[in-house]
Amino acid sequence: MEKVGNIGLAKAKARSTSRAATVFLLPALILIIVFIVYPVIDTFVISGYRWNGISANRIRIGLDNWYTLIHDEMFWKSFQHNLIIMVYSILLQIPLGMLLATFLDAGGKKFNIFKIIWFLPYLMSSVAIAFLFVYALATNGGIISSLATLIRGKRTTIDLLGTSPNALYTIIGVMAWQFTPFYMVYFLAGYGNIDSTIYEAAVIDGATRGQYICHIAIPLLGPIFKTACTMSLIGSLKYFDMIWNMTQGGPAGTTELMATYMYKLSFQQFNMGYGSTVAAGMFILITAIALIFNRVFKVKEDY
Amino acid sequence: MTDEYRASKIKSKIAWIIAIFFAIVWLVITITPFFFMIMNSFRKQFDMLQQGVFHLPDPWYFQNYIEVITHGFFGYFFRSVIVVAVSLVLMLIISAFAAYPLSRMKFRFNGFIYAMVVAMMSVPIHVTLIPIFKLTTSVGLYDSLGSLVGPYVAFALPMAIFILTAFMKTIPKELEEAAEIDGCNRYMNFFKMILPLSKAGLSTLAIYNGVSMWNEFAFANTFLITPQKKTLPLALGQFKGEHSLNIPINLSVLTLSVLPMILLFIFFQDKLVKGMMTGAVKG
Repeated sequence: MEKVGNIGLAKAKARSTSRAATVFLLPALILIIVFIVYPVIDTFVISGYRWNGISANRIRIGLDNWYTLIHDEMFWKSFQHNLIIMVYSILLQIPLGMLLATFLDAGGKKFNIFKIIWFLPYLMSSVAIAFLFVYALATNGGIISSLATLIRGKRTTIDLLGTSPNALYTIIGVMAWQFTPFYMVYFLAGYGNIDSTIYEAAVIDGATRGQYICHIAIPLLGPIFKTACTMSLIGSLKYFDMIWNMTQGGPAGTTELMATYMYKLSFQQFNMGYGSTVAAGMFILITAIALIFNRVFKVKEDY
Repeated sequence: MTDEYRASKIKSKIAWIIAIFFAIVWLVITITPFFFMIMNSFRKQFDMLQQGVFHLPDPWYFQNYIEVITHGFFGYFFRSVIVVAVSLVLMLIISAFAAYPLSRMKFRFNGFIYAMVVAMMSVPIHVTLIPIFKLTTSVGLYDSLGSLVGPYVAFALPMAIFILTAFMKTIPKELEEAAEIDGCNRYMNFFKMILPLSKAGLSTLAIYNGVSMWNEFAFANTFLITPQKKTLPLALGQFKGEHSLNIPINLSVLTLSVLPMILLFIFFQDKLVKGMMTGAVKG
């Protein structure tokens, strides 16, 4: 008799648990489904139509948009720009952030002022940075051109954003300016997590600071490196705000990224059917690259 | 003191001098654009080119700021405050709601739901932009601040749930059991115990998401058309459109829009840095 009662009680408890869980989870799940899951699916659905985003009649064209995408030189060029930005972001921001963090960790509290000032760029939004650098790098009254004029003693203009190979590399530089502080603080936290007894033991064994950093600290930071690379990788592939406000993909599409291309097609040319196809293509490429990266470097997931 | 020791002392001194030299170089690179922005925002339109950018403003000209403030700057500012405040409060409550059962209850689809939510962290917003635009126009929210709240909350949720679930797992189970014996049900448990104990996690999330909502551009730029409805990140473009040739006035808009963050940074340095780094767990 007692046993049966217990089972009934357990069942009732399980039922009340799942009821409570449903109540607590419902608002979040509804929002995520309405604003993330459904839109991702809908993007793939819209990619099967020719549609201007406003009129009620959209024309079903099957896989035509996808056929266009595969042969769309501009899309693949944008993707290539994303990849260039990705590679340079990883090669510039992460080592620089690492160096700055190493300096701050070795120097201790007395270099706090460096830390504070170095962090400043990360406080600015990408939009504000875009506007600031449009003026700061202008040929007329910009920092670089004024500096060049000062050095050469005669009026010199260096067009960093208006000419073709320069613009993309200028953007890479500005991105390094913006994101290096992030990796700096990230690695600094990593150094902070290393047990101080390890350093003490190394010093007792006769290691110098440099040997400690190269042979002990950096290998210990390995997993953090991988996470930093993954973040930089995904961030570079969906980059948008700064480029949109700085060059809008110009000059002549040489800084066009997948996101700016998609935005231009959808909200300037109102070609939402094809815009959705580009967005869906972007989704597939980003997911694939992230998966490959995780597989190759065996990034240990925290979750 | 042996020779060897002295040599290594000198070597380390040289290393430090080189390191400090490069540290100062990076300091100059970091600070120059800010210097450029602030100095030139105090100039008259044509003084910038005549005086040269490295010259201090002569005379210091405050009219730019007055012009910007009297032409609606605070409107943009307060609209941003409203959107961020509403979205943030909703986001914190809803994510805490969701993290509670995921971290502390045994039910059938727990693992599956958690995995699904976490997977949503890496969805780029551009993939959802057109369908959300469609949705916004069809429910009549287009060109209103309300259009931003849904996407802002939804896109902040996955990471917030991820972090809060981990956070709530660290709260001892015995507390809950004791409360249950005292006659608390799950709902009371949540509001009286779990929520107050999660304050630290909630506050870092508030900083991280507050900053990213404050800076959000793509949704705002797509859904807001009327200047009187735009948020702060769009103010820059709006003023640039009206004063395209007056660079100092645009730089004063920039300075004003960066100022709140810099003030917060000065007052809550460590907390702000820690909060802004919350995104790092995204992986």
